Amino acid sequence: MTHSTAQNSGIPFWRDERILRILGQIAFMFALGILGYFIYANMMDGLRRQGMTLGFSFFTGIAGFDIGESLIEYSRESSYLRAFQVGLLNTALVSVVGIFLATILGVILGVARLSTNFLINRLAALYLEIIRNLALLVFLIFWYAAVFLKLPKVKEAIVWPGNILLTNRGLGIPWGIPTASFWTYAWVLAFGFFLAIGVALLLVQQGRRTGRSPLVTLWASLTFLAVAVIGWLVLPEPPLRLDLPYVKGLNLAGGKILSPEFMALTSGLVLYTAAFIGEVVRAGIMSVPKGQVEAARALGLSGFQSLRLVVFPQALRVIVPPLISQYLNLTKNSSLAVAIGYPDLFYVSSTIINQSGRAVEMISLVMLTYLSLSLLTSLFMNWYNQKIKLVER
Amino acid sequence: MRKVLWIISLLIVASLVLAACGAPAAGEPVVVKETVIVEVTAAAPAAEATAAPPAAPSGYGETLKTVQARGKVICGANSQVPGFGYVDAAGNFSGFDVDYCRALAAAIFGDASKVEYRPLTAKERFTALQAGEIDILSRNTTWTLVRDTELGGNFVQTTFYDGQGLMVLADSGITTLKDLEGGTICVQTGTTTELNLADVMAAEGVNYTPAVYDDADATMGAYAEGRCDAVTTDKSGLVARRAIMPDPAAHVILDVTMSKEPLGPMVRHGDDQWFDIAQWTVFALIGAEEYGITSANVDDMKANSTNPEVRRLLGVEGDLGLKLGLSNDWAYNIIKLVGNYGEIYEKNFGAGTPTYIPRGLNNLYTQGGILYAPPFR
Repeated sequence: MTHSTAQNSGIPFWRDERILRILGQIAFMFALGILGYFIYANMMDGLRRQGMTLGFSFFTGIAGFDIGESLIEYSRESSYLRAFQVGLLNTALVSVVGIFLATILGVILGVARLSTNFLINRLAALYLEIIRNLALLVFLIFWYAAVFLKLPKVKEAIVWPGNILLTNRGLGIPWGIPTASFWTYAWVLAFGFFLAIGVALLLVQQGRRTGRSPLVTLWASLTFLAVAVIGWLVLPEPPLRLDLPYVKGLNLAGGKILSPEFMALTSGLVLYTAAFIGEVVRAGIMSVPKGQVEAARALGLSGFQSLRLVVFPQALRVIVPPLISQYLNLTKNSSLAVAIGYPDLFYVSSTIINQSGRAVEMISLVMLTYLSLSLLTSLFMNWYNQKIKLVER
Repeated sequence: MRKVLWIISLLIVASLVLAACGAPAAGEPVVVKETVIVEVTAAAPAAEATAAPPAAPSGYGETLKTVQARGKVICGANSQVPGFGYVDAAGNFSGFDVDYCRALAAAIFGDASKVEYRPLTAKERFTALQAGEIDILSRNTTWTLVRDTELGGNFVQTTFYDGQGLMVLADSGITTLKDLEGGTICVQTGTTTELNLADVMAAEGVNYTPAVYDDADATMGAYAEGRCDAVTTDKSGLVARRAIMPDPAAHVILDVTMSKEPLGPMVRHGDDQWFDIAQWTVFALIGAEEYGITSANVDDMKANSTNPEVRRLLGVEGDLGLKLGLSNDWAYNIIKLVGNYGEIYEKNFGAGTPTYIPRGLNNLYTQGGILYAPPFR
């Protein structure tokens, strides 16, 4: 079609801009393909010369090394695949805990930065400026070597109220151990949750009818709490048994032991990312026109109310997209764990590379895994972003 | 646009699952059988490989040519273990493994200083060798079957026979492995040490937590901070590291040997000539000590010795050096410029050094050790 038009208008096809454009793109793709093939062929050639083949069959072999901390059952007899999963879960743990805490701290920082209180405002600014201008790796090593490893030895553990033990072998905190009735209790909680939602819906309906706004949140949470407490007391044995940490032999035992590596990595990532999130939140809040706040105050809303009901919903639209990239950064930065010996995905994978010699396979797998983690996070956040977007009519 | 994103991420997740599913479900006892290798090799290169004449493997003689053209040997070395490979304050490399690299350079160029050192961590070393970043790996590396085959390299003659040990604080009261029940042990990643530790502790039934670090400095640093009850590595390494700790007397090395650790240089697969050169450099060092040739008397021996073996080794008789693709005075240069095995040992681990290690197994077979060089003929 294009061709015939070109002929009709008397322009030869090699001077037809529309065709040239397409040809240019084809040529570019072709060059890209050749480059890719060249790189691949070079790699295969190198591997062949050393008599090595690519493949994932080694993944079922016995790993043979131990890993310091693991969320799933793992021993030296486990497979490389299992070791990889241990690393993946450790990365996921740090990322989830990190994102959760960094968001809370970041929002507080962002709001504090805009506070009219001089001291709060200046302190927040000082924090943001210092932390944002540090190198993350240095910051992590500081937390590990200068804070958590400097805690006293096990025998001289510092005991904080609530039976929290601080030692250089880790932080021991009291922890609940599930008993036989734990799953029954989980069902009770689920029931309480749905009951609370029911109560909330009823109240909202009643509010519409009477025209008076009822205390929805208060009553819903009271309902949930009541079910939770009654369930706990009624069950023959409590669903969780309190387990306190104590010093046993050379190490801590009981409760939940958080290793210095985990603590250092999490605190470093949270404090660092929170500074960036703080700036994102500040930018978001400042993007809301001043008139909106003035209007809210004129309606008689308190400072907190106008922030929660007027400013934040509008600021969120500006905040969410850069927030996504901060979350992704935190997840990817967790690979710096390698510097302080926390067995995350990258760390375990490099051990596997070393013990099995499968560098190409493992590095590709690690890259794919980080890519999928990032894409999943960003898919979820994009969905959320769509949901809160201003509905245009 | 969003649709495309979904599709891409679905594809990625699918490929991940597929990659992982080559394996049986995790946690099952794994039976290593002749599993089908997921061949990713493209058809064309594979055909080429079979077409190549098997008698002359690609790469024969190439390493030496490259090294000679470059004018220096690139040697993967340790930079953190005094005695084996250590960078001093002035930035110079010294140590037992470093001296081996110098001997190799002496054999090739007649100049022991024509070496470029690449400091490598334990986990970088094999990749660096595979990728051709270094010509030889001389970094207290333990010879094992897997490393000799799958890692794409070949070990030449062992230069140092070692065993894995444990170091603890002298006042900790720990004397056996059993005393470490529930304890934490610092270990460096990417080493056979890490695997031996897991093996031995499983065999002894001792529960422990490993604290694993990336390099020797971090591992010893964590031990010094009290992060672990014990630190484990080769005994020679423990001796060497203890020497540079603030208070060496506060630490004891337990009388427990957890493994055999034959340490030696490693070369890439595919160039047998280079392998021979690396191999016979070790033998020349050992042979020289056996025949009593030292850097001090080598000129005299070359001029006056009547022992045919010595004359052949020093290139007075025959053409042994030429057979290796080197000049005929290769061994003379090694001994003249670097010394024999005993001299190198004394310099790095002798009684006068802070890293004193008794010779033990690392002595000539005539002196109760196991060092033994094949005949030079």
